[in-house]
Amino acid sequence: MPSVPLTPVGLPLPEFECELVDTSSVGDVERPLGFVERFANNDTVRRLLILIALGLIWELYARWIDNPLILPTLSATVNTFISDLMSGVLVDRIITSLRSLLLGYAAGLVLAALFTTIAVSTRIGSDLLSTLTAMFNPVPAIALLPLALIWFGLGVPSLVFVIVHSVLWAVALNTLTGFRSVPETLRMSGRNYGLHGIKYVALILIPAAFPSIFAGLKIGWAFAWRTLIAAELVFGVSSRSGGLGWYIFEARAELETSRVFAGLLAVILIGLAVEAVIFRFIERRTVVRWGMQR
Amino acid sequence: MTAQEHNDRYGQRLLEVNDVTLQYKTPQHLVTAAYKVSFGVRESERYVILGPSGCGKSTLLKAIGGFMAPVTGSISIRGKAVRAPGPDRMMVFQEFEQLMPWKTVLQNVVFPMRATGKFDRLEAKERALSMIDKVKLRKFRDIYPHMLSGGMKMRVALARAMALEPSVLLMDEPFAALDALTRREMQDELLGLWEQFRFTVLFVTHSIEEAIIVGSRILVLSPHPGRVRAELDASKFGSDDVDSPGFGALSKRIHSLLFGHSPNSPKGHDDA
Repeated sequence: MPSVPLTPVGLPLPEFECELVDTSSVGDVERPLGFVERFANNDTVRRLLILIALGLIWELYARWIDNPLILPTLSATVNTFISDLMSGVLVDRIITSLRSLLLGYAAGLVLAALFTTIAVSTRIGSDLLSTLTAMFNPVPAIALLPLALIWFGLGVPSLVFVIVHSVLWAVALNTLTGFRSVPETLRMSGRNYGLHGIKYVALILIPAAFPSIFAGLKIGWAFAWRTLIAAELVFGVSSRSGGLGWYIFEARAELETSRVFAGLLAVILIGLAVEAVIFRFIERRTVVRWGMQR
Repeated sequence: MTAQEHNDRYGQRLLEVNDVTLQYKTPQHLVTAAYKVSFGVRESERYVILGPSGCGKSTLLKAIGGFMAPVTGSISIRGKAVRAPGPDRMMVFQEFEQLMPWKTVLQNVVFPMRATGKFDRLEAKERALSMIDKVKLRKFRDIYPHMLSGGMKMRVALARAMALEPSVLLMDEPFAALDALTRREMQDELLGLWEQFRFTVLFVTHSIEEAIIVGSRILVLSPHPGRVRAELDASKFGSDDVDSPGFGALSKRIHSLLFGHSPNSPKGHDDA
């Protein structure tokens, strides 16, 4: 290529070299942020502030309309909540609920693992899972409750059945999606080491797909919790030792609105605790640390 | 000359590729990636497969890695036919995601040594640490891959592959995704490691310059489908010789082999 000067007109621009500018006036190149800034960067602090604000609005509004049958104040709700907690009623209800919940959740996960294993290892299995998921995922678990009652009668088995239904499809679908999106290079690396079968799945596919699997676990948990409370509301009516749903239903029947709210509060608190403590802990130890998720 | 005579005269071939034809299917087409390709790699050789895109060089490397079977012909390592992927042929890929994001640098290097059962726990860790030192990542050994730069990730991948002491190291355009400065650095590093360990490496690239710097022998492939065009000697040149007349002449020769005419610029690198 013939050399063409880049400057369109005039003399070529002079070149120069110089010493680096002195940076001592900047101080440390990396400086810790101020207290307020670090405080505001903390997720927990910001969320707590939002909660406090919401609670304040509730309290003020309830006092303003002054009708405990429609909307009890936050303080009344908390009072009922604490006194029921102390008397052991609420604790009993919560334990009953959690027992069915864990049973159903665990059974759902085992089944999901089984389904996805079949789905990733054979093409027909993958078709089977896709079809079943497409069919059953849109069916609300509550719609299956009458069937569950016919098959299993009143009690824990029926609850477990509907919980399994609400957990299984969400988790299986997410896990399968996760497995499918494992990068080809990573798969090839794994096979390069001569890994195959269960070892390949356990050491390569599951950790590589963990962000999706974990998202599935979270969704499954939320679905299970919702389904359980709804199911208990429906057949708490004739069951002696009910769970949280039954507690809420009972309170409504007795027009104790503050107790209804206390029940809801328990539902929310347990959901929050699991999300903020257990899932957040797993998340920090895994996907966040690995840089797969912020 | 028979293969035996060839071996006697020029040294034992470690990897033998005989009349290999490779085809793969896309949903619409049956693509022939390589057609009747033959070559041999000797112990401690830096063998480069060079060609434009579409010459089937990566497919060829995959076949040697055992990830696909040739339609005709045979591939063998130390006389044993290649049938499946195995740790005697460690692959280093272009993509950074070949590292396991859930393992630290050290764990990434240890993992294949443990997974293949080739080394026990203590030995694996010792080897990994020394290899990590060799690629100058000592300070970063407890860090997860997402915190590393592209060049560092490539170093980890290299350390991981070399720590396992494979018969042959298969590198699929390993430095193509790096910036030009880092790439040059990595080429020097690879050559430095080779000086120390004299491993056998099969290196795929589409850059003539890189081929001459890295390779001791260059196989030139022509595209659609990939066929052997030439096998050249480049053992004389390293990264310090880029501006030497011999380097330029070889580069020009390869250029005309690939494109049928000499490059129009005096220094005809096709660097992409």
